[in-house]
Amino acid sequence: MIEIKNLKKVWEDDGTSVLEDINLTIEDGDIYALVGRSGAGKSTLLRCINGLTSYQGGSLTVDGCEIKNLKDKELREFRRRVGMIFQHFSLLERETVYQNIALPMQCWKYSKEETDKKVKELLELVGLNDKMNAKPRNLSGGQKQRVAIARALTMEPKILLCDEATSALDPKTTNSILELLLEINQKIGITIVIVTHQMEVVRKACNKACILEQGRIADEGTVRDIFIKQPLSLRRLLGEEEIRLPKQGHNIQIAHMVNDIRDGELFGKMSKELDYVFPILDGKIQEYQGDSMGIFVINVDDDHLEVVTQYLDERKINWREMREGMNEKEGETAPCH
Amino acid sequence: MSLKNFTFAQICQMIIVPAFFDTLKMLLISGILSTVFGFVFGVILTVTEKGGLYENVVVNRILDFIVNTIRSFPFIILMVSIIPFTRLIVGSSIGDTAALVPLTVACTPFMARIFQNSFKEVDPALIEAAQSFGASKWQIVFKVMLKESVPSIISGLCLAIINLLGATAMAGAVGAGGLGAVALTYGYQNFNQEIMYSICVILIILVAIIQYFGDWIYKKLK
Ligand SMILES: Nc1ncnc2c1ncn2[C@@H]1O[C@H](COP(=O)(O)OP(=O)(O)O)[C@@H](O)[C@H]1O
Ligand SMILES: [Mg+2]
Repeated sequence: MIEIKNLKKVWEDDGTSVLEDINLTIEDGDIYALVGRSGAGKSTLLRCINGLTSYQGGSLTVDGCEIKNLKDKELREFRRRVGMIFQHFSLLERETVYQNIALPMQCWKYSKEETDKKVKELLELVGLNDKMNAKPRNLSGGQKQRVAIARALTMEPKILLCDEATSALDPKTTNSILELLLEINQKIGITIVIVTHQMEVVRKACNKACILEQGRIADEGTVRDIFIKQPLSLRRLLGEEEIRLPKQGHNIQIAHMVNDIRDGELFGKMSKELDYVFPILDGKIQEYQGDSMGIFVINVDDDHLEVVTQYLDERKINWREMREGMNEKEGETAPCH
Repeated sequence: MSLKNFTFAQICQMIIVPAFFDTLKMLLISGILSTVFGFVFGVILTVTEKGGLYENVVVNRILDFIVNTIRSFPFIILMVSIIPFTRLIVGSSIGDTAALVPLTVACTPFMARIFQNSFKEVDPALIEAAQSFGASKWQIVFKVMLKESVPSIISGLCLAIINLLGATAMAGAVGAGGLGAVALTYGYQNFNQEIMYSICVILIILVAIIQYFGDWIYKKLK
């Protein structure tokens, strides 16, 4: 378990603050996303977890062990249990796939047989048996990241840190890497912390997320809640979609889970029960790890705004009115701090 | 001594061939010594740099200053100005062995820069990755930085050795043997063009061989 309390970090040279008041808990087995715009401090926070960078205030403990108190040797020992992968793979270009994966074990002086066994086992896991003797430059981006994942798993870590691990990959390859991460999470129960600016990644792979804005936590919770509640920070991250909204009436965005076929009856029922017909301007259904979430936009006139929002609130369905700018009226369940 | 009574083949055997081996010996020994010292200083320069593995601004500044100072001396002046130091080390200031001292002193800073620049090219993300799985600082130097920069080091070394060859010829001016000394004595002082130009040809071939060999290893390793 990773527990972060009131964590604070400033850069030593210029005294600017990068992280402030960070409080979060990552449970064993979580796939936890740290999301935010570039420069929000995601990578820095991730590096605090394995001590690649220091922090000045607050505490960060992994299984009860305070990271900033670890000295050289202890820190190196600790890092054996925390794997890490990077945006640009960080492989030794002149070494083969096999040697790259074996490197951590060589550094920790494992026997040749033990290393060989583990490397082959991991090559199997990431599906690169046939590329054992290839050099990284002859591999695709996705294959390189697989090698990096295998390398990160050699010491059987309890935690895997991923810094923009899929940001340099195309969508299809991104999916295959995410599937691999999910598989590893399920097979060996490893805790995964994913830093990304791609909401797609959060939606597909993570169970919990934290949205960082300028070094502070804007929202935190389960991915499901965040997507349903669509807090301001999330909308800022996604950017307001380019649908042409009519000027008259009120444009209401509704987000709800549509796992059951009957969930699709919402608008029909609402229309019937309120005896009011309204236009649907936009609608899409997003996959979220087996669940489906519908996001719709309807247009309601002044006279019916009250009854419609009341209807939605009674059923605890999340809604918000879309307006120019970000000052929207939201449903009762909306804020998720 | 008059060379008029000898054939060119005899001259070759008497003068040029031994000189060639003297040069080769000087080149090899001072080349190896300066590579070793250059590696040590190059590593120190790299790790003590700001943000380096053993950040130490004072050591870095001092070493940087020494390297720059030595490199700014023309070789011939360096050689003369460190004569007391040379005497201290080898007990004499003339001859092949004595020449090794200024040759090594002159070439070491050059080598240090070659190592330093090659290490600089190593992606910092690789070093971070190595730290992330708990590699020690020395493992990072040897298993990551050195291993990744070998091709670039080789092509730098090749350049340094060719420079060193030029310096060995100059060392001939102050009593070291070798091709440089022969070219100066017979070619310049006695106007024996045959000997002088043969030595020129030998030097050209030697440089070409070193360069070719360097390129070959570079391609092989890259
Ligand atoms: N070594 C450094 N010294 C000073 N500021 C830095 C340093 N590294 C990053 N920063 C700044 O810290 C902030 C957070 O950086 P980072 O954690 O890399 O953001 P993210 O990963 O979210 O894009 C950025 O504003 C960046 O400019
Ligand atoms: Mg980043």
